[in-house]
Amino acid sequence: MLRPQGPAAESSFDLMKLSITIMIVVLLIVFSIAAYVLVRFRRKPDQREMPEQVEGSFKLEVLWTVIPLILVVVLAVPTVKAVFAAGNDHSNDKNAIKVKVTGHQYWWEFQYTDYGVTTAQDLVIPAGKDIAFELSTKDVLHSFWVPSLSGKMDTNPDGTTNRFSFSAPNEGVYRGKCAELCGPSHGFMEFKVKSVSEAEFEKWVNSMKSPAVLPEDPALAEKFKSQCLTCHAMGDMPDMSSAPNLTGIGSRESVAGILLNDDTGVDGAPVLENLKTWLHDTQGVKPGNKMPDPKKDMNLSDEEIDGIAEFLAGYTLD
Amino acid sequence: MAQAAQSLNPSPPLRHDHSVKRHTGLMDWITTVDHKKIAILYLWAGGLFFGIGGLEAILIRIQLIKPMNTFLDAQTFNELITMHGTTMIFLGVMPVIFALMNAVIPLQIGARDVAFPFLNALGFWTFLFGGVLLNLSWIMGGAPDAGWTSYTPLSTTQYSGTHGVDFYTIGLQIAGLGTLIGGINFLATIITMRAPGMSFMRMPMFVWASFITSAIILFAFPAITVGLVLLTFDRILEANFFDTSAGGNSVLWQHIFWIFGHPEVYILILPAFGIISEVIPTFARKRLFGYSSMVFATILIAFLGFMVWAHHMFTTGLGPVANALFSVSTMLIAVPTGIKIFNWLFTMWGGQVRFTTPNLFAVGFIPTFTMGGVTGVMLASAPADFQFHDTYFVVAHFHYVIVGGLVLGLFAGLHYWWPKMFGRMLNETLGKWTFWTFIIGFHLTFFVQHFLGLMGMQRRVFTYLPNQQFDLLNLISTIGAGLMGVGMLIFLTNIFLTSRKPADAPDDPWEDGRTLEWTISSPPPEYNFKQTPLVRGLDAFWKEKTSGHKTMTPAEPVGPIHMPSATILPFLMSVGIFIAGLGFMFSRDDFGNAFMGFMFNNYLVTAIGLVITFGSMLLRSLYDDHGWHIGPEELEGR
Repeated sequence: MLRPQGPAAESSFDLMKLSITIMIVVLLIVFSIAAYVLVRFRRKPDQREMPEQVEGSFKLEVLWTVIPLILVVVLAVPTVKAVFAAGNDHSNDKNAIKVKVTGHQYWWEFQYTDYGVTTAQDLVIPAGKDIAFELSTKDVLHSFWVPSLSGKMDTNPDGTTNRFSFSAPNEGVYRGKCAELCGPSHGFMEFKVKSVSEAEFEKWVNSMKSPAVLPEDPALAEKFKSQCLTCHAMGDMPDMSSAPNLTGIGSRESVAGILLNDDTGVDGAPVLENLKTWLHDTQGVKPGNKMPDPKKDMNLSDEEIDGIAEFLAGYTLD
Repeated sequence: MAQAAQSLNPSPPLRHDHSVKRHTGLMDWITTVDHKKIAILYLWAGGLFFGIGGLEAILIRIQLIKPMNTFLDAQTFNELITMHGTTMIFLGVMPVIFALMNAVIPLQIGARDVAFPFLNALGFWTFLFGGVLLNLSWIMGGAPDAGWTSYTPLSTTQYSGTHGVDFYTIGLQIAGLGTLIGGINFLATIITMRAPGMSFMRMPMFVWASFITSAIILFAFPAITVGLVLLTFDRILEANFFDTSAGGNSVLWQHIFWIFGHPEVYILILPAFGIISEVIPTFARKRLFGYSSMVFATILIAFLGFMVWAHHMFTTGLGPVANALFSVSTMLIAVPTGIKIFNWLFTMWGGQVRFTTPNLFAVGFIPTFTMGGVTGVMLASAPADFQFHDTYFVVAHFHYVIVGGLVLGLFAGLHYWWPKMFGRMLNETLGKWTFWTFIIGFHLTFFVQHFLGLMGMQRRVFTYLPNQQFDLLNLISTIGAGLMGVGMLIFLTNIFLTSRKPADAPDDPWEDGRTLEWTISSPPPEYNFKQTPLVRGLDAFWKEKTSGHKTMTPAEPVGPIHMPSATILPFLMSVGIFIAGLGFMFSRDDFGNAFMGFMFNNYLVTAIGLVITFGSMLLRSLYDDHGWHIGPEELEGR
């Protein structure tokens, strides 16, 4: 929030700077009057006479009514301007990338309606382009927030869909969060925004559309199909939106949104390790999440779980 | 001499001039309709719930002391934040406000009780039973977990399957009934029962603040009651007011909640403004600067308070027009609030400021509350709020306003009026220790939370990932919370030690009392004023003092005083509502026990509860109770 990386976040940041400047001035005035009064007008031990009973002062009172009013106007004008600027959601902009964001307990679904591509947890966008978001939820309210790129917007149930827009001029990976209490794992409902070059974005879209792959071991492939793919989708399979799309999960920034993938092990762990952590203890990683437990509910053995983790870790996009 | 002459003429015997059956012990407290005893009941009950809410806060802070902490699980944490917010607002600070209003308002306006003593007791008991019901959720299947705001659909049965939210909706409806009754009672009391000569513009500021607060209660509480009823219907009777897929609207709840919720903020803070406006002039030995502008600022704040609810919903997606309008209307509130701050400062200007414990709290209030106020203006700017919203910046802001504002104000008021309520001065040394530990702890806890919010920490997260620079600030915040806890313990110790001393506080223990409550004994007799005083100006007692008088001029001769009878009916009515609420909540449950199922599923428990309540009402209506009189002989101690 304090290191804005896009125009939407900068507009918020400018207003924050303006308002905090005004407010520090106000605080300084109040604090110095208070300090002066408390030092100067302490009651001395021998003081017996009655202080003068002042009723008020019309001039002073007008002064401290008018000055705050002026300060309010100074802040209100740019605020109203920025509110209306933020109202431009780019939904009719032909050059904008349209993304339908759907909140789920506790993961994010991203549908690129113009490209026919659906993914989860990692929002890949071309740098510099306006992204036109359409936000809704499949269950409870969530709030879609990428602090360094833009303010947040709630995901409401269908029928009360919200639209807004931001862009990321610089390439990079930005942290996204859910900002509206949505259940036990509200704090773990994170996602990533990956801002990449336009060429890279096109390449990513194409590889997302390539046919699904399955584990090499036929037995494991069968288990994977019957146990996992009933909810999850991959590659060119139709997406039911009931669980995160798994296409290219091996090349994502995180597993389950919060287990950061980092082969160096500094900020997280290698993707395979994270997948194993997740699949062996989904409720431990993300309490209250809706995925059936691979071992208890789906009767997968530890070896099968590890096998699936290895397969998923190797399922990368070129 | 005039007084003595009057008392020599005995008034004619009255029909009800007889002594009344006096209850003792527990029965005295359950049946009392005396505003001073009800004040003490409110104080103990509010203090109890405040303690529970405080313990919940400490648990929350322990969980957040380090990243990925496992001290509490996620579900328990959500229950704790929900109950902390709900308890503190509805069951902690509001009853303490009502305690002070009950203890002080009749005395400050020169009245012998409130307008409706029976209703006063009813208001207390419904509040208490509502609060008890809400807290029973901890041991009856799980506390509410959807936040104190209970946004739908998270608060619907589909996503909150326990009875937790039912305890919230029904408990708050019962407790809210008490608040509404209390509000109406104070409106009637202040309008009709002021002593002769006390015009509206001669009322003490605390009376004005309580008057306007009561008016806000009158308009705001029906909104939340409707909302809670609709949510109850959605949850228990499968209605769909807030179910978007069935034609309802989940955003509707947010509007209903906040059209109550924002005025609620002013219900809380205006009495604190009133307390500060009493304490500062007393200890500066100077009249309140700009009294009439204070009154109008208070009215303006109350009015604007109803025009700003959607600033809690800037990110809900209301569109630019609504966001712009609510931004500007919210910023406008800064103007009347600023007037108040400067008026307090200039009350002390040229005065002789004494730093007693109540005044320390009042003086500490000014800068602390101002900080909460300026962050409020920052939040009012909608595009900036897109970032601030639902982060720890907001948590810091509203704790600065509610704790740094209201709770400091309540501490000031409690230390100030304690001798009047209990006849004993609280220990000044311990009071100063309370002040310093509490206020230092407070700023440690909440100042750093501004930065946590700015760095991107959302509120209501049960833990957070490492490497976000959140760790150190959260540790500081938790240490601060511990220090606030220490401050509370010192305060409790002070109360305990004081209670063991003889009740020897003089009538005017601070020596510079300005208003009518300081003209009578501490604690006052049950009829308050032997003779209704004649009010000759603002700060009635101070005016007499400056004219060289030691006492007020009476406005009537000594005569028999009419007193209301003690009654257990308000207690019984509340017990009835409590049983009915509990029965209704479990009416759809499968008990696996034929008898329990029969009782609950056929609404028999609900019916029994309602019979008790309505039966008590019938009894109250059919049997006239004219009360009783205290004769002049008794007043003169003969």
